[in-house]
Amino acid sequence: MLVGEVKSIKELYGLDLIAPGHRACAGCGALVGVRQILMASKRPLIVVNATSCLEVTSTPYPQTMWKVPWVHLLFENAATAASGIEAALKVLSRKYGRQEHYIIAFGGDGGTFDIGIQALSGALERGHRFLYVCYDNEAYMNTGIQRSGATPLGAATTTSPVGTKIVGKTQQKKDLLEIVVAHRIPYAATASPSHWKDLVNKVRKAQSYDGPSFIHLIAPCTRGWYFDTSEAIKVARLAVETRYWPLYEVENGRYRITHPVPNPKPLEEFLKVQRRLSHLLLPENAEVLERLKAYVNERWERLQRLSACFA
Amino acid sequence: MAKVESSILPGGIISRPGSTSDYKTGTWRVKKPVVDLDRCTGCLLCWIYCPEPAIQKRNDGKIEFDYDYCKGCGICSVECPSKAIKMVEE
Amino acid sequence: MSLLQPKTLKPMSTSEAIAYAVKQANVDVIAAYPITPQTIIVERLSEYVNNGELDAEYIAVESEHSAMSACVAASLTGARVFTSTASQGLALMHEVLYIASSLRCPIVMAIANRALSAPINIHCDHSDMMGSRDAGWIQIFVENGQQAYDRIFQAFKLAEDEDILLPVGVNLDGFFLSHAVEGIATISDSEAAMFLPPRKAKYYIDSSMPMTFGAFALPDWYFEIKHQVVEAMEKVPKKLAEIEEIYYKMTGRRYGHVGAYKTDDAEVCLICAGSAAATAKFAVTSLREKGIKAGLLSIRLFRPFPAESILPHIKDVKALVVMDRAMSPGAPSAPIGQDIKTVLYDAGLNIPVANYVYGLGGRDISVAEFENIITKIIEDLKAGRPIERGVRYWGLRI
Repeated sequence: MLVGEVKSIKELYGLDLIAPGHRACAGCGALVGVRQILMASKRPLIVVNATSCLEVTSTPYPQTMWKVPWVHLLFENAATAASGIEAALKVLSRKYGRQEHYIIAFGGDGGTFDIGIQALSGALERGHRFLYVCYDNEAYMNTGIQRSGATPLGAATTTSPVGTKIVGKTQQKKDLLEIVVAHRIPYAATASPSHWKDLVNKVRKAQSYDGPSFIHLIAPCTRGWYFDTSEAIKVARLAVETRYWPLYEVENGRYRITHPVPNPKPLEEFLKVQRRLSHLLLPENAEVLERLKAYVNERWERLQRLSACFA
Repeated sequence: MAKVESSILPGGIISRPGSTSDYKTGTWRVKKPVVDLDRCTGCLLCWIYCPEPAIQKRNDGKIEFDYDYCKGCGICSVECPSKAIKMVEE
Repeated sequence: MSLLQPKTLKPMSTSEAIAYAVKQANVDVIAAYPITPQTIIVERLSEYVNNGELDAEYIAVESEHSAMSACVAASLTGARVFTSTASQGLALMHEVLYIASSLRCPIVMAIANRALSAPINIHCDHSDMMGSRDAGWIQIFVENGQQAYDRIFQAFKLAEDEDILLPVGVNLDGFFLSHAVEGIATISDSEAAMFLPPRKAKYYIDSSMPMTFGAFALPDWYFEIKHQVVEAMEKVPKKLAEIEEIYYKMTGRRYGHVGAYKTDDAEVCLICAGSAAATAKFAVTSLREKGIKAGLLSIRLFRPFPAESILPHIKDVKALVVMDRAMSPGAPSAPIGQDIKTVLYDAGLNIPVANYVYGLGGRDISVAEFENIITKIIEDLKAGRPIERGVRYWGLRI
């Protein structure tokens, strides 16, 4: 088991908490992130899972990928399930000496941004000690790539197709982490599986707090973003390097960009490698592209200013 | 049918952790990763980016693939900083 | 023996009696959301917890959906779990109720039965519970505060039995019972602890046995896993009788699957559930004084439907009156009417059933009205008029 900050990849070797043979698509970005998070996690650990790709592909009865206690109830209640387990262990340890556990809840963007946001807000407000990880593939991939509150502007999904009149999703992505931060929980951060060291140390930091913590993980999806099965990590890295996916943390209200990007690549580099977004590079969609760029730039600038406040 | 039912724990609990390893996802593979051990530095980046996991560390610190489970996605090949992993047709 | 000793009765509302029983049951986790008319139950429990009288975690969730979700998770972790709701709250829990039963969680929930919107109404009927009757929960109706108090202990013992492992709903009529005060005979804390020792779950969420709960099951397994609920349900009547026997020895009180009153020689038997049974009892007494052979059967265990306990009481009557406090729009009968007709059919009996829907949205029903209903059926029988077979709506002003 790990102690303190993870400095080398070798420290993680042998700490896997999942088995192969799961049914996730070849090249699934979410599974890479989930693996890294689990390896870094403090133990003993209980995992809660919202209904999602991760849940379905990891537990094809009578088999399970998980080597830790794992529970799935429904789509929208992973945060509440974590609340119930945490409260139960608290009282059972007090009354009957049961062992306390760390708890990580995984939800997709649909299960977190949309249908599960009430349950998440309730659990964060109540202050249960658990880490919630939203693995964000920016659409309802499990049901066949429908748009969610996490889908970026202009993206093509099966319910926001590129039509002759309307081009992809007409709204910007919801800024979930800011909603989470507004609950004034001790720790919230974004992360990317491409930046594994940043991610695993955020997990360890999150779990050091006696309260709720939150990690927003980008999870590139080969099927829904339309890139080759070999490119999930490359795409995740481009998201970071174009400032599309800023890596930052909010620790007790203090903002910090954990991976500065002084010389960002043009956003087009991120867009052109995925067919869900590459149409934004066509001249007729220039206006949508500008709006998306403005969103990305404004968000980055705001984060920079906030980080400077607490530097 | 009674026999089938008696093997089911209450609520369909699965009591064998990690039992997806009964199922060999290697059959999904179209292309196969092959490592050039002369180039492999044992940095383990391929391993940390493997979604399965289907990569192991050998005794000499270099890596090997577990073809029982490798789905052939090719992330390892793209991410290897030493260009030591090639994808070849099955 | 304690049942021979005079008991001191404590004045309590049914809600307070339930909360007191839950405290004595030494629950570990309560997750609840306020809704009229059940709120008093969870208010009292909050007081017990905050005053250190009950060592439990009270999770003040942000919805009933989360109340049941937290209960399921806590129950799977091995805790003894209680919640309470009514009406829209139960409706909002709907999808989670199935998770609770299918994952075999022995949760006990008090349901202060209340009408469903729209129009919004806070008063009693049974529409809320009837909407979730197929969710795989054991459902018990109580007729007064004493039954409610006693059933809480029995419900935990039944739910947590390894042969059962199903959640139990204890249904009490909103306001008619939830807010009515009566003298309650209580058991001592030590009697409660003896009857209901701490829960010992066989399988629970813990790293000492890393198991997967709530997996994804395809057509090759789903049916068999789901059928477990039916198997467990079938064991309930016998198990409840055994539990009642133990409780009876301790308290002298026993309720059975049904409450029968003057059914032995009845020509017409009225069937109902909940607090209306007490009203109907006065009507039957009054009719008997007039020489009319009326009887009453109160459904106390509703799921599983206790066909074997019901049949001996109704097999020889000339007609049945089934009173439902819930509608089933478009169905051939209202909920209890459907079940009674199935019991008769399966027994090869063609006894006419007059099925009434009554008292929706808290509309009261009086002793005189019950008398009128039964008298009318008796007159029809005497005159050789056929009993109308469809559903009728008692007291509807149109």
